[in-house]
Formats: sequence, structure tokens, C-alpha cells
Amino acid sequence: MKHFWTILSHEVRMLLVSPSTYVAAFIFLLVMGFEFTSILESYSQAPQDASPAIAFFQYFAVPVMFMVPLLTMKCLAEERRLGTIETLFTAPVTTTEVVLGKFGAAYGLYLALWVSTGGFFYVLRRYSGDPHLLDLGPLLGGYLFIAVSGLLFIALGVLASSLARNQAVAGILCFAMLFLLIFVGGYYLPDASWLNSNALHPLKSAMEYAQIFQHREDFTRGVVDTRQLLFYLSGTVLALIFSILSVEARHMHS
Amino acid sequence: MSAPLPPAIDVSHLVKTYAGVTAVDDISFTVARGEVLGFLGPNGAGKSTTMRILTGYLPATAGHVSICGYPVATQPDEIKRRVGYMPENNPLPGDMRVSEYLYFRGRLKEVARRKLGARLDEVLELCDLKRVRHSIIGRLSKGYRQRVGIAEAILAEPPVIIMDEPTIGLDPHQILIVRDLIAGLRGRMTVIISSHILAEIEVTCDRVLILNRGRVVAQGAPAALRREILGLTTYRLEVAGDPARFAALLAAFDPNLKVARQEEADADGFRKVTLTTERAEELGEPLLRALLAQNLRVRALSRAQPTLEDLFLAATRRSWETVDKR
Repeated sequence: MKHFWTILSHEVRMLLVSPSTYVAAFIFLLVMGFEFTSILESYSQAPQDASPAIAFFQYFAVPVMFMVPLLTMKCLAEERRLGTIETLFTAPVTTTEVVLGKFGAAYGLYLALWVSTGGFFYVLRRYSGDPHLLDLGPLLGGYLFIAVSGLLFIALGVLASSLARNQAVAGILCFAMLFLLIFVGGYYLPDASWLNSNALHPLKSAMEYAQIFQHREDFTRGVVDTRQLLFYLSGTVLALIFSILSVEARHMHS
Repeated sequence: MSAPLPPAIDVSHLVKTYAGVTAVDDISFTVARGEVLGFLGPNGAGKSTTMRILTGYLPATAGHVSICGYPVATQPDEIKRRVGYMPENNPLPGDMRVSEYLYFRGRLKEVARRKLGARLDEVLELCDLKRVRHSIIGRLSKGYRQRVGIAEAILAEPPVIIMDEPTIGLDPHQILIVRDLIAGLRGRMTVIISSHILAEIEVTCDRVLILNRGRVVAQGAPAALRREILGLTTYRLEVAGDPARFAALLAAFDPNLKVARQEEADADGFRKVTLTTERAEELGEPLLRALLAQNLRVRALSRAQPTLEDLFLAATRRSWETVDKR
């Protein structure tokens, strides 16, 4: 793991000079800003029963689906397209170091963008003067959920990038995987009637572990279930292992 | 007490097949320490594939490759520390500065942080890159980019340097700079380069390996290769006078000397004649004396230097013939 930090700092720098990072940051802050304003408007019109933090994290999936592909699509696909993957792997580095370094850089930036939304709550606290509006529990729970689920989302993005040669293909592949995971897995499948037959019962009970919207609700309520943590962590590890295998398989057969 | 050092590069019976196509077919060669070896061959001859296998980037299908005594297949990490590699087309990240890129590569290649700054200055000086050290690589001209690639390859002072077509796309002045750079490495580092520019290889390399269809068709020093493959020395002569007398003179002078081609006499009565002989020593002066003694007028006499190009064409043609026969 000698070169992990070298690659990580290199990748962070490359992300910071890449326009797609700023597009991602812009879209993300724009969407979250609008959302936060609309939350504030509804709170100013009538008293609501939930804390603004709970409402805020409700729509996390929308910016995530755009931001994660933009942050990760370049990482391995671009190296392959430029051919720099050849110089990278003829230096004394291991594939694991490279994949983890790239994953770490994208994840760090993803977290940094989310942390910057903390400013919204600071503004709310500062100017509303009402400490009840800022309920620390749901806020911390929400950010913890973002941090944990982000591991899996970014790992999926790295996996998509390791499979493609073109960064646009990587981006769309990542979008499709996130869409399947978040919306199809979270909304559609749990309610699908064809899954109710007895034969498919194991599949249905497995599906119930993968309901990401349910996880978000639990986290913001302060329920941190180790099964859910394990779901994200094992998913991340699996996606990263597949990325490493994909990179190695490709330069063995290229 | 020191055991003899293993050769810098030792390749034996190397085979590489991709999806049924044999790119490298049973290649064997060794390179001594400090030697500069040139790979020559048409496109698809297996030059790049062989180089990629030497760097440990591609696994071989069969055969054994070792660098400085370390087998590539089982100790790729040791190999990667000992080889500086510049791939074909010299891929570089377009959006980094020259010094940033070289610093990053130096850290990856495990140059100690303390020494890296000094080494960076040294390499920039050596490759004449000082003026552009803060420029963005994507905006540099091809010649500079090529030199950044070379600087990167020699950065960690590896004992073996492998460069795939280092002079492709450069202008003659830049080729000269690159050639001097490679000549400066001779003796200190073992260098393998591949090139399409035949004169280039001839000037820079101690030894040439001609590859065709994944096989070594000829190897040796450029001068020795000439003798081995072409075998014949050629003289070009422009002479005026009686053709019969000229033929008789040749037969008397040296029966080995044969007329390969003879043109019609021009307006001044001079004919261009091409002579070939198997004898390697210089025949120019005695031939000239004999011609003048017979009152034949001579306008020009030269010994034709077969270029590496002729050699290359002859060697690859020979290998095609043998391949086709099988």
C-alpha cells in the first residue's frame, strides 16, 4: 500500500482540474439549494411535523445519480483511452493500489460536496434563531447515511469506469446501475406482485435488505442497523474487487 | 569473488498468441549490460508485443524472460523497478504540468522524496526541458512531448530502458537530440529501442534485431548484418569505349566480378554499368587502373553502400520466402 497516498493525491488533483467535477458540483449544489429553499418555504407557511433535515435527505437520490457518474466516469476509462494505463502499470504499483486510490479520491470529493451542504443548516440556524428547526439527530443520521451509501455508489462508478473504454459509456453505465439499485430495487420491486409467489420468496426477502429509501429513513430516525451497514460495506468491497479483476483481465487480454 | 553478472535481458523461446493469432513466435535473444539494441521490423512484426512482455505489462504465452536475473513472470515487481518504459505513441496525461507529471512518476517509481527534486532538475536539463517545466503537457509540441516521455523513462535511473519508437513524428533536429540522448545512455544503461527509421537504428544501436511475423529473421551489428544478408558488394561505373573490350577486361581482371546491369550508351558514349562481386576488399583502385590501361574512358566509379533499408527488405523477403514455403 506504499503508493496509495501518491495515487490518491494525484487523483484528487486531477479531479480538481477536471471540468466534469465542477459540472457535478454545480448541478449538485443547484439541486440541493432549490430543494432546501422549497423546504424553508413550506416550513414558513405552515408548521410541519418532521425536522427539515429529514425532508432534506428525502431527495438525496436525484443529485447522486448525476454526481456519481460525473465524478467517477473518468477514473479508469480515461487512462485506458489515453494509453496512460500502460505507463501506470509498468511502474511498481499494484492494481489494488490504483483502484483504491481512485476510489478514495472520488469518495473524498463526494463527501466534501455533501459536507458543503452543511452550510445550508448553518445559515438556517444563524438566521432563524430557532434551535428547534435544527434537530441534530436526524442531521447526523442523514449525513452518516450519505457517507455509508456513498461508499457503494462511488464503488459502482469505479466499476463502471473499469469496464468501459469511453468515459461517456462509463458514465451512462454507472447511471444505469445506480438507477437499478436505487429506484428499481427501492421502489418498484418491493411492490411487484409477481414476486409474491412462494417460489420467489427468498428473492423477495433478499430484496428487502436492499431498499435504500427505507435505509435512509431508518438512519435519519437514528436507527443504525448493522445489517444495513453490512449491506453497503459488502457491496462496496464486492464492487471494488470486481473493478480490480476487470482491470487485470483487460490488460491481460488486450 | 563476484559471480559473473547475469545479462541485462535474457529472452528464450518467447511465444505470445492473442486469440489464435501468433504475435511473437519463438523469439530468443540476450542483451549485455550497457548495450543498445534496436528492434527493426514491419508493422505487426511483434516489436511492441515483445517490449510489453519485457516490461511485465503483458504475460507471455510460453517461454522465459528475465531482466537482470529476475524472471518477469514470477517477480513483476522487481522488473518494474528495473525497467524504464516508454510505450508506443508515448501516452501522457494532457492536463498536467511537466514538472508535476515527472514528480508524480518519480514518487510512483520509488525515488526518495529527498533526492527527487535534484534528480528532476538533472533529467529536465538532460532532455532540454527546462524552459517548459511549468507548461501543461497537452499544449506542448510533439518534440517536447516525446522528450517528456524519455525523461520519464530515465527518471528513476533504471538499469534497463525500453522505448517503443522514440523518434516517430520528430523533425530531423529533434531526432538528433534524441539520438544524442540515447548515445549518452550507452554503457550506463541497457537500452532497447524500436524504430521504423532505419538510419536511426544504424547510428544509435550496437546491435540490431530484425523481426518479421513474430520471428527473429536476422541479428547482429549493422555492418556484419550487411555482409551476412546481402553477401555481395556492388560497384557503379560509368564507362565509354568498346563493349567487347570492356567484357574481356573484366574477365581477365577478376572472374568473380559480374555485370549485374548495363544501360545503353548516352549521347557522350558513356554507359552506366553495375558490377557485383563476392569479394569484400576494396577493388576500386585496381579496377580503375586496369580500365585506364586499356584506354577505356571512365567518368565515375563508386562502391555502393547498401543501406540498412536494402538489408531490411532483403531480410524480410528472405523470411517471407521461408514462411511461405512451410
